[in-house]
Parts: sequence; C-alpha cells; structure tokens
Amino acid sequence: MELLIKNGYVFDPINGINGEKMDIAVKDGKIVEEVNEHRAKVIDATGMTVMPGGIDIHSHIAGGKVNAGRLLRPEDHFKDVERKTAITRSGVGYSIPSTFTTGYRYARMGWTTVMDPAMPPLEAKHTHEELSDTPIIDKASYPLLGDWWFVLEYLRDGNIEECARHVAWMIKVTKGYAIKLVNPGGLETWGFGRNVKSIDDPVPYFNVTPREIIRGLCRVNKLLHLPHTIHVHTNNLGVPGNYQTTLDTMKCVEDLAEDNKPVIHITHVQFCAFKGEDWRTLHSGAEDIAKYINSHNHVTIDMGQVVFTDTTTMTADGPFQFTLYMLSGNKWVNHDVETETSSGIVPFHYKPKNAVHATQWSIGLELALLIKDPWKVMVTTDHPNAGPFIAYPKIISWLMSRKAREATMKKISEKAKKRSLLPSIDRELSLYEIAVLTRAAQAKALGLENKGHLGVGADADIAIYNINPETLNPSTDYTLIERAFQRAAYTIKGGDVVVKDGEVIAHKFGATMWVNVKLCEPCEIEVDRDMQKRFKEYWTVEYENYPVTDHYLRVSHPITVKADV
Amino acid sequence: MIKLVPTREFKVPIFAPCISPTVLQGKTLEEIRQLEVWEGNRKRVLGDLFRVEETETKSDSDDLTLIIEGDVSKVRMIGAGMVSGEIIVKGDVGMHLGEEMEGGKITVYGNVGGWAGSMMKGGLIEIHGNVDDFLAAPYRGQGKGMSGGTIIVYGDVGREAGAYMRKGLIKIYGNADQFVGYAMQGGTIYVQKNSGANTAACMVNGTVIIGGRIDSVLPSFTIDGIKNKVKVDENEVIKAPFYLFIGDLAENGKGKLYVSKENNPHLSYYERFL
Repeated sequence: MELLIKNGYVFDPINGINGEKMDIAVKDGKIVEEVNEHRAKVIDATGMTVMPGGIDIHSHIAGGKVNAGRLLRPEDHFKDVERKTAITRSGVGYSIPSTFTTGYRYARMGWTTVMDPAMPPLEAKHTHEELSDTPIIDKASYPLLGDWWFVLEYLRDGNIEECARHVAWMIKVTKGYAIKLVNPGGLETWGFGRNVKSIDDPVPYFNVTPREIIRGLCRVNKLLHLPHTIHVHTNNLGVPGNYQTTLDTMKCVEDLAEDNKPVIHITHVQFCAFKGEDWRTLHSGAEDIAKYINSHNHVTIDMGQVVFTDTTTMTADGPFQFTLYMLSGNKWVNHDVETETSSGIVPFHYKPKNAVHATQWSIGLELALLIKDPWKVMVTTDHPNAGPFIAYPKIISWLMSRKAREATMKKISEKAKKRSLLPSIDRELSLYEIAVLTRAAQAKALGLENKGHLGVGADADIAIYNINPETLNPSTDYTLIERAFQRAAYTIKGGDVVVKDGEVIAHKFGATMWVNVKLCEPCEIEVDRDMQKRFKEYWTVEYENYPVTDHYLRVSHPITVKADV
Repeated sequence: MIKLVPTREFKVPIFAPCISPTVLQGKTLEEIRQLEVWEGNRKRVLGDLFRVEETETKSDSDDLTLIIEGDVSKVRMIGAGMVSGEIIVKGDVGMHLGEEMEGGKITVYGNVGGWAGSMMKGGLIEIHGNVDDFLAAPYRGQGKGMSGGTIIVYGDVGREAGAYMRKGLIKIYGNADQFVGYAMQGGTIYVQKNSGANTAACMVNGTVIIGGRIDSVLPSFTIDGIKNKVKVDENEVIKAPFYLFIGDLAENGKGKLYVSKENNPHLSYYERFL
C-alpha cells in the first residue's frame, strides 16, 4: 500500500528536520523517496505536525508482576471501562490496563514502540504471551539479569567472558532485548531479608558488590554488542539522600565509555534524585545529577515523572516495595522471589498537597529542564509507578509551558516549592525538543535504526498531531498542546493508518523485537551444555521447557548481533 | 412526582444509573423515556422497560420524588450518585442501590440486593425488608467505604455490612451475617438482633453495637469494661448492660465493640479479666 502525507510540518530530529513543510511518502510499511500521487492514499496534513511514532523506553506493560497488579486492584479497573467497538476489543484501564487497552491507548497518543523493562527470565513466556496480545505497538522486553546467580558467580570470579556467554544465552532464550539491572545485588540480598545500602555493600554469600555487578555487566554489554546500553534501576531507590548513590553509579562506569557514546542508561531518575536526611527534610537532588550529566556523555536517563493520581507502583525492587508498603500501610504483593529476581506491588496515591509527593513531581521536571542536551533525557512516567502512560500529554505541556507548570504549582504543597529549583526555571522546550525527548533520543538510546525518524528506509511509524506550529503558542496554549497529544489526528503503524482523530480505526499486531546474539560456534555449544547441567541442579523447570519458543511471538522481529566472545 | 412501572418481568440484569432524581430533575417525560440503559448487553431506552408517568406536577425548583412500583430486583444502580430528591420503591430492588449517593432519601418497601449504599457519602436509605451482602461496603479491592449519611434496615442483612466504613450510621433492626464492620475505620453500626462470626474483624476505629447474640468475640479483641447504656445516635440510647471490647489489636485498632450482656451469658468468663 502506498501513502502520501502532504504539507505537514515535519519534526524529525535524527535527520535534523525542524518544522519544515514537506511530504512524507510511504510504501510497503517503509518510508520511501516518493510514491505515485495518483495511486497513493493521500493524507492532507496541512497545518499539522508530523513526527515519527512515539517510543517509550521504560513502561511496565506485560508480565507476571503486571498481571499480579491487575489482580490486586479490581478497584483500579471498574471506573475505567472501554467498550468493544466494531474494530477494537473491550478492556479496562486505568493504571494497569489490560493488554488490548494498553495497545489502543498508546496508539491513540501516537506512540508506536514500547519497551517493557522488567522480565523475570523464569516468567519470560508469560511476558511474551501478554506482549503478543498487545495490539498495534511494537514492543520488546529487558530480562532482569543483575541478580542472576551465575552472573554474580562469574563476576565474583572476574570471569567476564564466561559471564557474557551466559548472559547471551539468557537473552536469546528469553527473547529479550537488553540487560536490565534492578537494585543490583539488592534483590539477591532481599532473598536473605535485607538490602544493600551503597554500591560497595557486598551481597551475602556471593560476596560481590553492586559496583562490580554494574561494571561487569557494562563490559558484558560491550562484548555482546547489544543495541541498548545496560538499563539500570539504581540501588537505594526511593530513599532520601540517594542522589549520591545515583552519582556513584554513573561515575563507576565513567572509564568504560569510548568515543563519547553512552554506556549506561539510568532509568526513572526522579526516584533516585532525593537529597536530605529523612522524609521530613527531603528535597530535590536534581541539580547535582543534571550538573553531572551536563558534563559527561556516557549516561542517558529517563524522567520517571510523577503525576498526581491514584496509581500502582510495581518494580522488581522487592526491598524498596516492602519499605513503601510499610510507609503507606496499603495492601501489597511480594512477587517473583522464587524467580531469578524479586518484585513487589503497592497501590499508591500521589497527592499534590503532600510535600514529598510534590517534591517528587518537581524533581522529574527539573531533570528534564536542567539537562541541557535533550538527547540525554527521555519522557517516561515509569508507567505505572509514577503515573499511567496516558499522562504523557500532560507532561509534554508542563515541559513546553512555564504557565502550565505554574498552574499546577498553585495546587501543590508550599513546602515542596521551596525544596526544588523548579519555580525558578524559565526554560520551555520546543516541539523539536519534545520530538527528541519522546522519540528520537529513545530510538538512539535503544539502538533502533529504523525507528524514531522519518528518513528513507525507516519503518513507517508516524504520528500526526493537530498542532500548527506557526499559529499555536505552546507557552500559553498548553491545554491545546495537551489535547492534541492525547488524541493524535493520525497514527500510522507500519504504513497502515490505525488511528484517526484519536479513535482506533484499524486493528493490527505489531512485532516483538528481540536480540539474537551470535556467539562463536564452539562457545554456543559449550554454554548450552553447561546450562543443561545447571538446570538439573538449580531450576524447578526442565531445560527443554525454559526457552521462549517462536510460537510465543505473534510477530517475531529478531535483531541479530555478532558478539566478541 | 414521577412514577416508573416495569412493563414486563426482567430476566437479565439491567444497568440503569439514570434512575435517580438528580438525573431526572428538570427533564420532560419524553426526555426521560429516551434515557439510555443497558439490558444485558443490549442498549435500550428507559421507555422500553418502564411506563413513565407524571402523577403530580411540581415546579422545577422543588426536589423531585420518584416512585417505582413493581419488581425491579434485576435493576442495578438505582439512585447512584444522587444528590437530592427522593426515591420510593414499592417492590424488590437490585444491586448497587444508591451507590456513592451524596444526599436525598431512598425508601424501599421490599428486599434489596448487594452493595446497597455502597461508598455512600450522605443522605438516608431506609429499607423495610432484607438486604443482601456488602451493605454500604466499597467495591472489591477499594479501602474507602461509606463516608457519611445514614442507612436503616428493618430486616436482616448479609455479610460484610459496613465494611471499610469511615463515617456515618448504619442501624440494622434484624440479624446480620458474618463480618459486620469488617476493617471499619469510623462511624457506628448497630445490630439489634444476632450477629454472625468474625464481627468487626480488622476494625481500626469506630463503634459496633450488637444487641443480640454473638457466638464469640475474636481473640484479637480485649475486654475493657461493662457499660450500663450505649448511645447509638441522638435519638436512640439503649439502656441495658453491654460488654465493651477494644480492637482489633491485630491491626493496632482502637475500635469499640459493644455486646449485649443479657443475650450473651456464654461471654461472662470475660468478666474475670476486669
């Protein structure tokens, strides 16, 4: 099928196009130089903004823990019901939407690629079943490897190459995309009922420190040539004073960087940029983190922006979730402790009048506004931890308009205003920068060559918004910006128009991307043999039943890389 | 005054939050007949299911009174979210009667389904019949129950009446099943007759008064004394001896559980702890 998008204002940061009026031609799901205007379906985008489809680098949308969250919270769903239509299936929201609703809601906002950031390897099959049932969007998942026993063992012994081979095996059999570390070392320590306090606190029994794990897996990542860097949820997350741990984590891989390329992605930094001794004295540490990132190029981050709403926190960080449960007194689930990681789920309500919550809200925005290079910081809410992903339009309006921030600031705790720099920040991001923060930077960080841009050969994932950059002033018309991003005028996925005027008009399934790491031939056989032996000793499942086989992926999109080991 | 009479016997559940004075206020009969309801998975209008009549004309400023005559035990969400006005039902009513209502009055001469007065915030519900489970309790999973208003039941109630209650008053002049006042955080529940097992389990605060027999008090409650009278509300003081228990200690609770001394001689062994 051929498609021609005419006369739109195109924002394509990867190709350096900033609001130029031009046509975009699509053929067979790819962007091409030109199409036959008479044959092609023409979309008149006059007075509209054309961007690559949105990309979400970190959003918990599938897997055992997400599903446990759905079961834990019937009250989250019953007021947010989506009826079935002739095209779409029924479903429920809100903070933990059902798979179908997740796909539709992302598409309605113009997002076309979403990364699920935490897959316990033992629950990989469940995760992929849910991902396969998430319509429209392309997706991938990061297996949790920072606390896997064999990683800890090999890193203790300093055997990086053997570690790399086993990590490659795991990524391949779980059909994963990147190496995810959550509270490295802390999750294994949680198995002993404790947590690690700093990046130099050794893990019981294994006697390896979080620093060694982070550095080790960072080197493994380079040996394997994975498209994304290591994806790190820091130690001490959600603890006042943890900005120091975050700085330590970034510093500890400083020497591993080459050619100014990033080697580490620190995720939902809002949760690990707390200064202060305790909850009463908590204030923003965003300035110190932004200062560090401004002067170093080996780090990318995402925001983890808080929105004031009733949501559900869920991370693989079991000890942190336990602390949150004790703090909030809410119901909780301690999940996945029997797998290679851990996790916890606690419902949470962020309230504007609460000084801590309001400070958290400020921290996220501060990070995005104080970091000068938009390619280093990305928009996320760590869905659903700091808020559901449907809040992205709201976040965009806060980033683009000081007035929008002031309007929210009127409602928040007075104490919180004094505890962050946000009231003094004037910066307002442009549409071009928003395109970086929500698409281009994410594609670049993830190493997605065919996504996040509109150059010839790219996947035809396109979002068209009802924003005329020549007449609309985002600074004052922030509600219009928010509305435009809530309901994309068109979302095009793989060359098909799937959303028109904010409604899903066509149903299709996106691909599941995974990395097929090729080791040297004898190594591959060696690792396989070793794992077969270990399965008998360690696992509750048989070796043959463990790998995610091809039929678990509705549309499989392998990315083959050749490793150095 | 508007009267609704079912035109036939309903076989499948009907979802009709529009049957509320707050929604009907100021609408003409024709507009009322066109209001949307769901019968099972079919979309209908109110006029398909009910005969709608105006029995007495009042000026627009007056609060509307709505009379429902007949069996509406399949109809859910009657009076949901109502703010003012009155509903009188002569017959049985379905689930979620007066859910989240904020004001006004509902009177039922018949039996009522589950979740009556669920999460209600204000107003008055009077039921001259029995009520099913989860009276005034919130929807499953939610921790915020009734936060104001009054419910009076002249018959028996099912399980978990007043669960997660925060404020307000529930008077039950019949028997109550298990878990009355489960995880209650405030307010008052009075049960005139007997109460089932696990009364006031997990309560944190508030008052539960049991006038009849109760098989046992949970071990996580501690006896605090014997009171000669108990005040239910401004109009009702029961002058009889009551054991006062404090709990639920498993939740660090300081709720009050009053249990009639006369009707519970088997609890007299608690007196030696005083």
